[in-house]
Amino acid sequence: MKILVCVKRVLDPQVKARVKADGSGVDLANAKMTMNPFDENALEEALRLREAGKGEEIIVVSVGGGKTEETLRHGLAMGADRAIQVVTDEALEPLAIAKVLKAIVDQEAPGLVIAGKQAIDDDSNQTAQMLSALLGWSQATFCSDIKIEGDKASIIREVDAGLETIEVKMPAVMSADLRLNEPRYVKLPDVMKAKRKPMDKIELDSLGLDTANRMTTLEVIEPEGRAAGVIVNSVAELVDKLRNEAQVI
Amino acid sequence: MSNLVIVEHDNKEVAIATLNAVTAAQQIGGDIDLLVAGENCSAVAEAAAKIAGVGKVRVADNAIYAHHLAENLATLIVGLADGYSHVLAAATTFGKNVMPRASALLDKAQISEIVEVKSADTFVRPIYAGNALATVQSSDSIKMITVRTIKFEAAAAEGGSATIEALDGGSDSGLSSWVSQAVSNNDQVDLTSAKIVISGGRGMQSGDNFHMLHSVAAKLGAAVGASRAAVDSGFVPNEFQVGQTGKVIAPDLYIAVGISGAIQHLAGMKESKVIVAINNDSEAPIFQVADYGLVADLFVAVPELDAAL
Repeated sequence: MKILVCVKRVLDPQVKARVKADGSGVDLANAKMTMNPFDENALEEALRLREAGKGEEIIVVSVGGGKTEETLRHGLAMGADRAIQVVTDEALEPLAIAKVLKAIVDQEAPGLVIAGKQAIDDDSNQTAQMLSALLGWSQATFCSDIKIEGDKASIIREVDAGLETIEVKMPAVMSADLRLNEPRYVKLPDVMKAKRKPMDKIELDSLGLDTANRMTTLEVIEPEGRAAGVIVNSVAELVDKLRNEAQVI
Repeated sequence: MSNLVIVEHDNKEVAIATLNAVTAAQQIGGDIDLLVAGENCSAVAEAAAKIAGVGKVRVADNAIYAHHLAENLATLIVGLADGYSHVLAAATTFGKNVMPRASALLDKAQISEIVEVKSADTFVRPIYAGNALATVQSSDSIKMITVRTIKFEAAAAEGGSATIEALDGGSDSGLSSWVSQAVSNNDQVDLTSAKIVISGGRGMQSGDNFHMLHSVAAKLGAAVGASRAAVDSGFVPNEFQVGQTGKVIAPDLYIAVGISGAIQHLAGMKESKVIVAINNDSEAPIFQVADYGLVADLFVAVPELDAAL
């Protein structure tokens, strides 16, 4: 079974986003970028499925401009066999990304698509569900455990109330939650090897899709900060403040 | 304008989060209908009909909707959406699962986790773990929206007298089936609606040590939460997680114990009215958002707090 893993280049999760003074967006110039953490979970799962004899070729795909290649190279260094970059400098919305990914699925015919459940930049949490819809495939979101047996997969999902187990028919689109696995560290020889792995580049326009954005961003601002607090010196003082000053207990 | 709000429920009761989504629909304006899809869910439909401001409750009572599988539910929503200008659901794991699927089938964008309604087509939503707020204007003919519950008061659960309409039909996609649900702690006060929450992080060192927090929580009528580090370490199950990708909450009082305050955790709790941080590291970022900080060994401070209550 061929596995397609969808990845996104995002601001490093350890870096606090800085809003541009003109309100046009978040300042990413010279910022440290990385593979979306949930997408690393998705790729790690694909690698483990292959190691367990459930997968064959693993393809990483991403949609974005020039430096997206770095993120895909990281995926190749983790162990993917080849990469596809759909090249565009436009910031596409999840619906458009899902349409692009569908076109790639139509070309590559994988038996499984895995993506991170959410990109930590726009926090949309949409793309996997939308891709699943456009393909008419089964949908398994927020996965913390995936077991594939023949044409079915048993999935444990992280939901608000706890853990839900569902069974889905393959092929399926799955989205990875944090507890799915611990992504492996990339070793230097793997980075060297990744440089020689195939990287296809497809111009977005060549796919002939309607990827126009449906939303216009009017303004991006920083939220109001919290007023500075105080350091209390004892539990007794804390309890007194909570009772008499804040009046919350 | 006309709004369709997707009701979240367990076939017995309406989830509180739905009431927050109804308020967002009220702010958009126009008629509000509700969709209740489930199995043997007439009690939910009757409760939904009492929610203030609702015109009509549309009920699809069918075994294929019993567990809200995304494939079947999205198809149902798509069949109804044409008559509406806005379709809304709470941004819970229920809403996040089904709404993007329905949106894509309708060829509409989804506006995720709105925190403010500016007008019928313009909304504010947090990005980058809440470190930026984007105001976005939608050009779609149907606005597909998920609602961040903490930013909208719950609509009154009583006072309405909506009509109830039964929807027929519906067929199983055959793509997925529900097997089971494990809920680890039924006694726990609901984390998303609790007035007081006490959360533990990596500093708790073990799951056993969470009994200290449960003891304080019992005295305060509080829920117990956790940081991602504590969940990843297996101290507590995933439903305890507060943060960017866990639950986003805004209680009156949030007590962070042994939590350093990573960006991802702050995203889930920094809208709390009063924040207390107890941590032995005075440099921990959690102190930057705390109203009251106590630099102390939690294994001394928490039992002392317990005794003082």
